Amino acid sequence: MSLSLSCCTHAILLALEKQEDKMVKRRVMFTFPAELIKEPIIYNLGQQFRVVTNIRRADVSEGKGWVVLELEGEEKDIERGIDWVTARGVKVDPVIGDIVEG
Amino acid sequence: MSYATALRCRKCGREYPLEPLNLCDFCFSPLEVSYDYKSVAKAVSREKIAAGPLCMWRYEDLLPVDGDVVDIGTGFTPLVKANRLGRELGLGELYIKNDCLNPTYSFKDRVVSVAITKAREFGFDTVACASTGNLAASVAAHAAKANIKSYVFIPADVEPGKLTGIAIYNPVLVTVEGSYDDVNRLCSQLVQRHNWGFININLRPYYAEGSKTLGYEVAEQLGWHAPDCVVAPSASGLLFTRIWKGLEELAMLGLIEPVNTHMYLTQAAGCSPIVNAFQAGSLHVHPVKPDTIAKSIAIGNPADGYYALRVARQSGGGACAVTDEELIEGMKLLAQTEGIFAEAAGGVVIAGLRKLVASGVIKRNELTVAFITGAGLKTQEAVAEVVHPLTIQPTIESFEEAFDK
Repeated sequence: MSLSLSCCTHAILLALEKQEDKMVKRRVMFTFPAELIKEPIIYNLGQQFRVVTNIRRADVSEGKGWVVLELEGEEKDIERGIDWVTARGVKVDPVIGDIVEG
Repeated sequence: MSYATALRCRKCGREYPLEPLNLCDFCFSPLEVSYDYKSVAKAVSREKIAAGPLCMWRYEDLLPVDGDVVDIGTGFTPLVKANRLGRELGLGELYIKNDCLNPTYSFKDRVVSVAITKAREFGFDTVACASTGNLAASVAAHAAKANIKSYVFIPADVEPGKLTGIAIYNPVLVTVEGSYDDVNRLCSQLVQRHNWGFININLRPYYAEGSKTLGYEVAEQLGWHAPDCVVAPSASGLLFTRIWKGLEELAMLGLIEPVNTHMYLTQAAGCSPIVNAFQAGSLHVHPVKPDTIAKSIAIGNPADGYYALRVARQSGGGACAVTDEELIEGMKLLAQTEGIFAEAAGGVVIAGLRKLVASGVIKRNELTVAFITGAGLKTQEAVAEVVHPLTIQPTIESFEEAFDK
């Protein structure tokens, strides 16, 4: 059996289950470039997108930094929040690393 | 009977029961299977292992499974003395661990055999994975053997030739039209929504243990000795760390002398986040965007990158990246000296080994094992330019005319 999916991830997931209002948790790693170290990105993410942020591990210096954290909120808010953080210049990766293997 | 006792966080040491779980709830670091080594030491011996089946399951006492295993005949692959390649590179004692010769033609059969066995133990009726080829084929094959349903998610731009080697086992084959990052993102969300055994996510701690058998086999095949140097490819970093763990466990159990092996990891320059961190002296592996023909090891955000980095450093080894041109030369060199047609990742290993020897990092008299983890027939397009036959008519004259040219 073969299927082909068009990967607008959000759309696929909505098609699979109408759960856009469900509270979900997402574990992610933010990697900050030097120019963003001084900006309160995580605070603003929580304030602007109704996402609860919970830092678990981090290493931040004056040059660059990374933070491993959990995001909790409605799925659409988390998606919008991650899009905003990414647009600010932060690299957002799944904390479990890449899933696609060879 | 399994001697596994718990899942343990590699960072903070917290312990969890042996369940389908891959991350520590506190620090989100990977979990690893821990064992009752005192009991293992009483149960295993060189003689018992040598009398076991000629496959990876001869080491069952060192793997985290209970009861019947899902085995399609994986492991105990040849360790070949590579005299011609050794002479070419300047090494006196070079061996190739040829893991192309597994049932689905890559080392993934080792990890998947353990993962699917655990999936069945945990009662999953469906397993899933996301892959660009090798993992998908292995999951589909083992799921067929175990009579479990499987979903394999594949980026739509994967070479069509690879799909046949997956579809033949009749999984639900899903091609996803999106970028590599899109597929990652989709799968990380699917795992939260479906009660599946996701091979390299919630089954990852068990999956990882299968790679230890590469370390066990090499030591046993060398007459119960660890090599001086190991050169292996690195994608997520898992294979590299588990070869080391396998050797360390054998030493801990008294089956070999204390290990003094230098571990060298190799990556393609177009996707070398672990090598970058090693060379920068950094403790953190910064994710990169993959851009290499060595797709089977093109993981930009390696889950076990930090731990692979640590093994390379602690063992007095190193890390080396090679260009796509260099890896193609590596594939040709291996094929044309030792008769082994490896996939692009194997080219990375041979080209990396060549650099490490040429720069004097690996010495001529060091017994070195290079790990070839997948077969070349899956990535033939990488070396398609080698095909230039003499075309003749079916006559002796035509042959002799062509031959004289």
